[in-house]
Amino acid sequence: MAFAAFGGGGAAATAEPAPLKRSWVAVGLLAPGLAYLALFFLAPLVSLLLTSLQIAPEGAGKGEYVQAFNWDNYVVAIESYWPHILRSFTYAIIATLAALLIGYPVAYFIGVTARKWPMVQALTLTLVIAPFFISFLLRTLAWKQILGDNSWIAQTLHDLGWMPADQNIVGTPFSVIFGLTYNFLPFMVLPIYASLERLDRRYLEAGNDLYASAPTTFWKVTLPLSLPGVVSGTLLTFIPAAGDYINASQIYLGSPQTAMVGNVIDRTFLESQQYPIAAALSVLLMGIVLVIVAIYVRRSGTEELL
Amino acid sequence: MAAPGAFAEAGADLELIGIHKRFPGFTAIESLDLTIPAGSFFALLGPSGCGKTTTLRLVAGLEQPTSGRILIGGKDVTDVKPFRRPVNTVFQSYALFPHMTVVENVAFGLKRRRIADAIAKAHEALELVELDHLAQRKPAQLSGGQQQRVALARAVVNRPALLLLDEPLGALDLKLRRQMQLELKSIQGEVGLTFLHVTHDQEEAMTMADTVAVMNKGEIEQMGSPEELYELPKTAFVANFLGQSNLFTGEVTSDSGAVIVVDVAGIKVAVPKARAQRHTGTITIGVRPEKLALHPSAPAPQAGVNVLGPGRITDVSFSGVSTQYTLAIPGIGEIVVFAQNMAFGPVVHVGAEVWVAWQVEHGFGLADEPPGEDRFVDDTSTGSLAQQTKQELLEELGEG
Repeated sequence: MAFAAFGGGGAAATAEPAPLKRSWVAVGLLAPGLAYLALFFLAPLVSLLLTSLQIAPEGAGKGEYVQAFNWDNYVVAIESYWPHILRSFTYAIIATLAALLIGYPVAYFIGVTARKWPMVQALTLTLVIAPFFISFLLRTLAWKQILGDNSWIAQTLHDLGWMPADQNIVGTPFSVIFGLTYNFLPFMVLPIYASLERLDRRYLEAGNDLYASAPTTFWKVTLPLSLPGVVSGTLLTFIPAAGDYINASQIYLGSPQTAMVGNVIDRTFLESQQYPIAAALSVLLMGIVLVIVAIYVRRSGTEELL
Repeated sequence: MAAPGAFAEAGADLELIGIHKRFPGFTAIESLDLTIPAGSFFALLGPSGCGKTTTLRLVAGLEQPTSGRILIGGKDVTDVKPFRRPVNTVFQSYALFPHMTVVENVAFGLKRRRIADAIAKAHEALELVELDHLAQRKPAQLSGGQQQRVALARAVVNRPALLLLDEPLGALDLKLRRQMQLELKSIQGEVGLTFLHVTHDQEEAMTMADTVAVMNKGEIEQMGSPEELYELPKTAFVANFLGQSNLFTGEVTSDSGAVIVVDVAGIKVAVPKARAQRHTGTITIGVRPEKLALHPSAPAPQAGVNVLGPGRITDVSFSGVSTQYTLAIPGIGEIVVFAQNMAFGPVVHVGAEVWVAWQVEHGFGLADEPPGEDRFVDDTSTGSLAQQTKQELLEELGEG
């Protein structure tokens, strides 16, 4: 999801095809990158695929498997864990939408409204990035405290009778989605900010001049022009959110009822050592994300992002 | 107002009453009163930072005046939002929406006003600017001149009562510019709209507009037909901004009723009284360089002709149609003469001793108080450029 693709979109001038010279210099320069990709991306991927097809031989101990073409692993993974897979994508989609609704106005404020005051712009941008200076885990734990059963938020809701006495915030789908939204919000804000920051105000003036009210100008001009940022932001939020296993874990904001596919992979791999099942779930997760992203990018007309 | 589904029947008058515009830190428009009659092609001419673009933005509604009223077709629109004003702008940067095709750009305004057959009408407007074959392209795929024409079509298609042009030809090369000037003029004639054109190019203003207003430092210096402004400038600024002028300062020594005589470094120079703004004290008089005739020997004194000299030619520059001679006369300074090339090549050369003469009726007297030593201020002089750059920066700061 290249940050370089935030231009106005479309109309990339088709450059003259340069004569393809077989240059050893080019090959030499590419080699380290290619070697890196082969070693740290391609090899693990192949290893993952192979692991997902392994089988436990007769009388093997816990965590002992041999290579095979055991497609049953996928059947088992889907049959046992389809609710978790479905839950993962539901949570991720809701969190992405929530982050978009919260993030777009923030990005608009920083990128457009605050242009007049560079100090405010710098400050708000720093505030968006600031949470990165504290560990992701600590921040999520902090939210567990803030939303916890004895926190003033929960107490107030109980006292006002807005929440039943036996109901808590932490451990519910709400708290998990809340955590996902919170943790991935900067990934939504920054790309949208980057595309809005380049938005030429003269287009807005032109819209105004051509009988479009401020809201119409937003829908017809601002939003389409910031679409590359929106697409990047939603992908940067959705993809990690779908595979997240921190927010939904019982130690943090979740409960057994909110376990996502990431938690299942975590458990099957590290606890029950069902490596083939964990690998099959990982492959499934990756495949579903790829399909969703491909459809989304094609529908939004921003293929150049891929 | 821009009622849905309605086109302006004809152009509308534009009236600016007592407009004053202050930006934080500087005043863009001091005090502006202006009436532009319906159906006219009006040019606001001035250097960068003179407030002409601000004036245009005030009319479009993109800026609010600090005080004063704006009336379009007799209706007060001062507090009307830009999208409700019967006005369209051709922006200097064109501001074509990059994510829409050419035809979508042109149809944008029509669609917002829910006018039937928006796309068909957009195609018609594109035919007017001879670009209908590129209707499905994106703006980035067009040349500068084509983009300019799309911007024009996008504004004209709405048939606004008033069309605002913000230096729309600035980015074009000279040839295309001349061509677009003629096209704009003919489109204006065809559609009969009121055009308000802002430019810093005096030639563009003079060739296109019926009426030109020369703006300087947030005020209108002089307004009139191009001929009037050129032949009878009232201030040194107009005399030098619109073409070049030779200006002389001196004491009025006699007044015969029809002409006044000014003492220019000991030489009596006559100016028609009707063409002088002031008739007593120290005044600045001037004459256009092409009205001057060069004489290789002192011409015989003759009624109705002013003679200055002798002086020496300091520079000769040949430009094809004419030759520009610069000469220095002791005590008076530099004088510029444009002579048509009736013979082959320059008639006199650097160092030659010459006299200049002109018909008394070609002179003019200015209203300003005598200027300082900058008797001949060229718009491209370093001081003037520095001033312009400063103004531009101020404008940017104010608008940014």
